Amino acid sequence: MKPVIAENISKHFKSTAALQHISFEVDKAEIFGLIGPDGAGKTTLFRILNTLLIPTEGTASVLGQDTIRDYKYIRHHVGYMPGRFSLYEDLSVEENLNFYATIFQTSIEENYSLIEKIYKQIEAFKDRKAGNLSGGMKQKLALSCALIHKPKLLFLDEPTTGVDAVSRKEFWSMLKDLKQHGITILVSTPYMDEAEQCDRVALMQSGHIMDIDKPAGIVSKFNHRLFAVYPENIYEALQLLKTSPITHTAQIFGQSIHWVPKENFSEAEILNFMHSNNLNYKVDSPNIEDCFMEMM
Amino acid sequence: MATQEKIIHVRDLVKKFGNFTANDHLNFDVYKGDIYGFLGANGAGKTTAIKILCGLSYPTSGTVEVAGLNIYKERENIKKDIGYMSQKFSLYEQLTVQENIRFYGGIYGLKKKELNEAGNHMIETLQLQNERHKIVGDLPLGWKQKLAFSIAIMHNPCIVFLDEPTGGVDPKTRRQFWELIYQAADRGITVFVTTHYMDEAEYCQRLSIMVDGRIEALGKPEDLKNEHAAGSMEEVFIKLARKQKETS
Amino acid sequence: MKRFWGFVIKEFKHIFRDYRTMIILFGMPVAQILIFGFVITNDIKDAEIAVLDHSKDQTTHEIVNKLTASGYFILKDNLESEKEIEPTFQSGKIKQVIIFGNDFGKKLVSEGSADIQIIADASDPNTANLLVNYTSAIIRDYTMSLNAEKTMNATIVPEVRMLFNQSLDGAYMFIPGIIALILILVSAMMTSITIAREKEMGTMEVLLISPLRPTHIIMGKVAPYIVIAFINAITVIFMGFFVFKVPLEGSLALLLIESLLYIFMSLSLGIFISTKSNSQQVAMFISMFALMLPTVLLSGFIFPIENMPGWLQAITYIMPPRYFIDIVKNILLKGTGLAFVWKETLAILGFTVLFIALSVKNFKIRLE
Repeated sequence: MKPVIAENISKHFKSTAALQHISFEVDKAEIFGLIGPDGAGKTTLFRILNTLLIPTEGTASVLGQDTIRDYKYIRHHVGYMPGRFSLYEDLSVEENLNFYATIFQTSIEENYSLIEKIYKQIEAFKDRKAGNLSGGMKQKLALSCALIHKPKLLFLDEPTTGVDAVSRKEFWSMLKDLKQHGITILVSTPYMDEAEQCDRVALMQSGHIMDIDKPAGIVSKFNHRLFAVYPENIYEALQLLKTSPITHTAQIFGQSIHWVPKENFSEAEILNFMHSNNLNYKVDSPNIEDCFMEMM
Repeated sequence: MATQEKIIHVRDLVKKFGNFTANDHLNFDVYKGDIYGFLGANGAGKTTAIKILCGLSYPTSGTVEVAGLNIYKERENIKKDIGYMSQKFSLYEQLTVQENIRFYGGIYGLKKKELNEAGNHMIETLQLQNERHKIVGDLPLGWKQKLAFSIAIMHNPCIVFLDEPTGGVDPKTRRQFWELIYQAADRGITVFVTTHYMDEAEYCQRLSIMVDGRIEALGKPEDLKNEHAAGSMEEVFIKLARKQKETS
Repeated sequence: MKRFWGFVIKEFKHIFRDYRTMIILFGMPVAQILIFGFVITNDIKDAEIAVLDHSKDQTTHEIVNKLTASGYFILKDNLESEKEIEPTFQSGKIKQVIIFGNDFGKKLVSEGSADIQIIADASDPNTANLLVNYTSAIIRDYTMSLNAEKTMNATIVPEVRMLFNQSLDGAYMFIPGIIALILILVSAMMTSITIAREKEMGTMEVLLISPLRPTHIIMGKVAPYIVIAFINAITVIFMGFFVFKVPLEGSLALLLIESLLYIFMSLSLGIFISTKSNSQQVAMFISMFALMLPTVLLSGFIFPIENMPGWLQAITYIMPPRYFIDIVKNILLKGTGLAFVWKETLAILGFTVLFIALSVKNFKIRLE
């Protein structure tokens, strides 16, 4: 039985459609990423799967149970970390963990092995108030709290938003550890570059899933030629490329311009165009971000 | 594009809160037309430094000049010559696009004719003709962001400060937003971006990375990547932060 | 049960760690009772009065002299007819008019009693009340001295009329009012804010997705406030008793039981408010407008209900504090038992049931 099965889920809030016909499945012990910008519907989808919302249409089963009828079972067996860290800022690190252990009728000692690696990194601060922790430490504490009852499935809603790069990197390696324990992880993020850390991803935009695949699979579907152009003056070159008839898309990407020419122009024509405009360029491989935009 | 005219000049900037040193001898220059990234983790001291640069607080010691003005003596004049936009935007959600433009134009003392021209131009470039009389709260995030930025530079400031401007938007909107930033820089407006998102950092022409109150690295992204043998700014940042952890 | 106590302990920690909450919870009752208490017990000196003497005999002269000699009053004006009373008050300076009936002295001797009317400007009710009390005391004093001298059994019964505020209920009015106000604020406002805070911080989502039942969450939230509100009730009653010498004529046990019932009512109201508000700010505003203002303005705490226009009087019937204030007044000041306040008690019980029912109906096991 797959831990998460969503079938044709739609969700409307008054007249706005937050989710439209979402279907997907998550395998056991998989890190499944929902990747998309704010407003794509990631949080709404999470809340439907973890029983906080009822879909307008469609059904979902989590851990083999129906999300509407068997919500109590699901609530006992999943861990959830909402978008904002769900900690009590006036309680200490240890008190927060203890509280969540108590409401799940367990204790820190009982499940220490699961959280040990994560909790060890903040244990030195166990008497500090959660409100005085840095973003990265809050994130580790929130994850420990979500894991304290040994859930079979973990929902992490934008766990890396507002967290610095170092903590983000550490966080992803923790998730890979948890996967070894057989825990299925559903994680959402607005950062395209984090897609690579997932086993499979669903790219979401305006309530739709545009594609579901392994990160490499998504990139391999990009069926255009992509060039990185390195001009002297990025803005001028961008205007030039945008107005050129050869161009399919041209966008700033870091210190370069990611340029996709139309399919019906040959290599020679492209070379000629670049030379005549005095532009340095090289063939580049697309990243998830480029693929995401091509699908939009 | 960047010239040699200094818009921000900082020498030995120190800011202390009691025993805590938030800014420890900062030294950097930002040139006219630069897109300058001011990076650092949360709590590294970015916000403290920006408040000083915007004339909202005084440094404990050091020399700071913004737009050629001394921040100790000419704070009020500095405020007239800067623009500011934060991630939360400063737009009034209950007012229409047009009303927001009028309001901010009025604050910066634009005359009625200038204001009308600037407003029309802005709406045209942002392609908001159909949304002119819509409530800002109903616009998509990306549009609000572009509008907020355009309003922040409506009075043609010498420099605009952007505080984590593109968190959470889709990649297309983000790239369009950076296009606006490059456009502003092309007009000669200096852009000062603070962020802890390293993918935003890739778009800056020059940048500095703050760790625990000090500037640990400063230069062009390419040079910094080469120097630290890293493939991305994220790696550079992680290396610097790790180094700091080990030594402290 | 362990889960429930874990929750209650957490709530107590929230309360004890936030010094602002602590100040509101324990400082507010003391501050309010002191402020109201000292505002009301202002002393009177040199209050200007007028006399309308229909007798102009020796007795009335002696009474007026006694009044002015007391130091509390200054005779400002001698009126000639009833018509002048209204304009005199409207001029604003005169605080009280004393009217002696016809043949005052003669009646006192022949019939053993005489008519005296005291009219006070009760637009400032507290001052008016004090003035009347002082005047009555001085007249009583004079009557007693008459009796001692002439060995006769004469009484002067002053007929008191409170102009503009006919039913001033007594200076102790503020104690029942403060108990009602503090209990409803502590219980309803604080619980609604603390539940709204969990929603605002996002912790409610995690609590919902846990084995905790809604009853655990709600009871865990209110339990600490039952204790705190009860301590507040006792504090105010005892401060009233010891600092302001408010009598406790009736049963203390009954008073405490009624207070507890009122606390339950307020808590259920607080929970109901919290089901309707998603942020602390909203909870705060609803509490302020739904609790604070009505309690102060529409419960008879400061403005007597009898003087309100009919439609406003009708509204006061849906203000729970109104009933509680009646109960406390009866027990504290009149010493009556449950037999006299069962209707009001039943009303509060009714509100409790209503709010609990509404809360249960509105409490969501999901986010919508």
